[in-house]
Amino acid sequence: METPLIEFKNVTKRFGPRTILDQVNLRIYEGQVSTIIGKSGTGKSVLLKHIIGLLSPDEGSVLFRGNPIASLKKSEWDAYRVQISYMFQNNALFDSMTVHDNVALPLRQTMNLSKSEIERRVMARIEQTELAEVVYKYPSELSGGMQKRVALSRALVTDPTIVLFDEPTTGQDPIRKNAILAMIAEYQRKLGFTAILISHEIPDVFFISNRILALYDGKIVFQGTPEELDEFEHPFKDEVIQSLEGFQEELTGLYSQRHFKVRYQADLSRKRRDETYAIALFTLEELEAISNVLGHTAAQEIIRAMGAYIDKHFGAVGGFSTRHSINEFVTVLPYSDLDEAGRILEDFAKDFQDRGIRDIGSVAQKEANSAECIDFTILAGLAQGKPFVEMESIIEFAKFRQQEIARFQCELRR
Amino acid sequence: MTTNSHDQDPGENEVTGRPGTFLTRPFAVFGRKVISWVDHMGAAAIFLGKACVMIFRPKQIPGIIQQIYYIGAKSITIIMLVGFFTGMVLGLQSYHALVKFGAQGALGTLVALSLVRELGPVLTAIMITARAGSAMTAEIGIQRISEQIDALDTMRIDPLKFLISPRIAASIISFPLLTALFDLIGILGGFLSGVVLLGVNAGTYFHRVQSSVEMKDITDGFIKALVFAVIVTTVCCYQGYFTHMRTDSYGAKGVSLSTTSAVVLSCVLILVADYVVTSFLI
Repeated sequence: METPLIEFKNVTKRFGPRTILDQVNLRIYEGQVSTIIGKSGTGKSVLLKHIIGLLSPDEGSVLFRGNPIASLKKSEWDAYRVQISYMFQNNALFDSMTVHDNVALPLRQTMNLSKSEIERRVMARIEQTELAEVVYKYPSELSGGMQKRVALSRALVTDPTIVLFDEPTTGQDPIRKNAILAMIAEYQRKLGFTAILISHEIPDVFFISNRILALYDGKIVFQGTPEELDEFEHPFKDEVIQSLEGFQEELTGLYSQRHFKVRYQADLSRKRRDETYAIALFTLEELEAISNVLGHTAAQEIIRAMGAYIDKHFGAVGGFSTRHSINEFVTVLPYSDLDEAGRILEDFAKDFQDRGIRDIGSVAQKEANSAECIDFTILAGLAQGKPFVEMESIIEFAKFRQQEIARFQCELRR
Repeated sequence: MTTNSHDQDPGENEVTGRPGTFLTRPFAVFGRKVISWVDHMGAAAIFLGKACVMIFRPKQIPGIIQQIYYIGAKSITIIMLVGFFTGMVLGLQSYHALVKFGAQGALGTLVALSLVRELGPVLTAIMITARAGSAMTAEIGIQRISEQIDALDTMRIDPLKFLISPRIAASIISFPLLTALFDLIGILGGFLSGVVLLGVNAGTYFHRVQSSVEMKDITDGFIKALVFAVIVTTVCCYQGYFTHMRTDSYGAKGVSLSTTSAVVLSCVLILVADYVVTSFLI
């Protein structure tokens, strides 16, 4: 069995008479994105601060690769700390320093690097987080969202192997929220660090998380994959997940996954066993390349515009849609068989190729952080659904039948 | 009415009060205060010791230069202004006292020795406390409550090394220099009021200044300035650094109370230390 990178064993933390963490047991595995969810004020930040050693447990122990961190020697402790970076909930930026100096601070103070190397690393992070225009401004001159991105740059500038994010998307608009989550996911894939997030962005954060940890009444009541969370039955789900997950997904305006499933079940229950319906799966290809060339904000703008376009077209014929993964949308056409759905999809594809993709491309270009352009394609696939067949297997089949329906070409734009 | 003490809740005694409690409570309160003071003194001594050791760690020079600018260079104007008027008042008062004995020729001696031995170090320290000490407490306090100090910890930057040591080093350098400037400007202020306005002979004034001030006087003044530098910086930084530990208030209010405490405590300790150091040096 794999040894967890970080493990909490019966950790209890009290502040005066209040017990914040009560016999907490959790496991965090190397190279994964683990997200801690829970109501506000239930001790999520306290939990994170135990990992970095800002707080120590009253009872129990925190283990790093199976060794209690409380009993690490100084050299081992230093080696452990070198690997960790922390992004604070309120950013904790130095307000008397410019953005540049804030990001450069850990490099200047803890590493023996040349000035040019520090400058190179700092500017690389600043450009990745789309802060190049405010590099010599002070944090108080920036919006809350920009301050968040400065904190993110500072957390990543030392190339840590474990990064703790305390609500990294708070105070951002939906596009920026998703851009930051996508950025974390991208860096996590590229750099291979272990990310531990605290987030309220349900369901958006599920798209990038390998594991979810649910903190409820001072205890971890669930740890597992986002899919396993679907099957989890606990008061936590009613009180927390359902209160945090809105009716619509913030970015696209489509049904949230939970409400999509509710609507799907309701429509299904009204059907006879022999009645059919259709499911369409749309995929935006080259999302990562788009993020790299145009920036994360532009990539999220494309996702948003694509969702809105799908909703507008299929909503008019009684269809309903949701975002299935970071770059996929699912649409249910409850009143259409496969032939009719095929015709609807053909109309959509024609309209999308003629106008939609150009509109999306130009919207993305406005948000892009470079004058470069990138080609991208949209795939779509249809599958016939029947009341007794699982939705996931129908979606899989639709994925199998996907083909290109539209392509954005930079040459044609010119 | 009598009550059976055995039936009472132990905590109730503190509310209703027994005769014994009434007599012992003042001692208990006083005792707690003394213990708290000793506790803080010990903590401040350790705080100072650790910060002083870290002055000699690498990458400290830029921070020290920056703090010399804030504590030293930016205090020059106020020190010159206060020094000048202190010297003028000293010249004026001393002239009217000395003229009664026909000893106005000794004005230069009186002004110079008063400034170099006593007024220079004390008033300089008090002025720096008001200008830079209060700013130190407020800045560090705000950094504490906005988690900037925790952020340093998470980045493996020692907050004592990064925030406190440069300030202590800068104070140790700045206080004697500003004291010297205060003394010089004060002597010129005494010259203006005593010589230019009241007619004491200029040659006599400067001759008395030169002949009466010995190297020991200047060294003693600098020793005092160094002692005050350590006291002011330790008190102001300590108050800001531990502002979150206050039990009487939190957040911005806590920072404001810490700043007030830092200034008041520094001024009192300057005067107490002045007496103690003088009694050793005289």
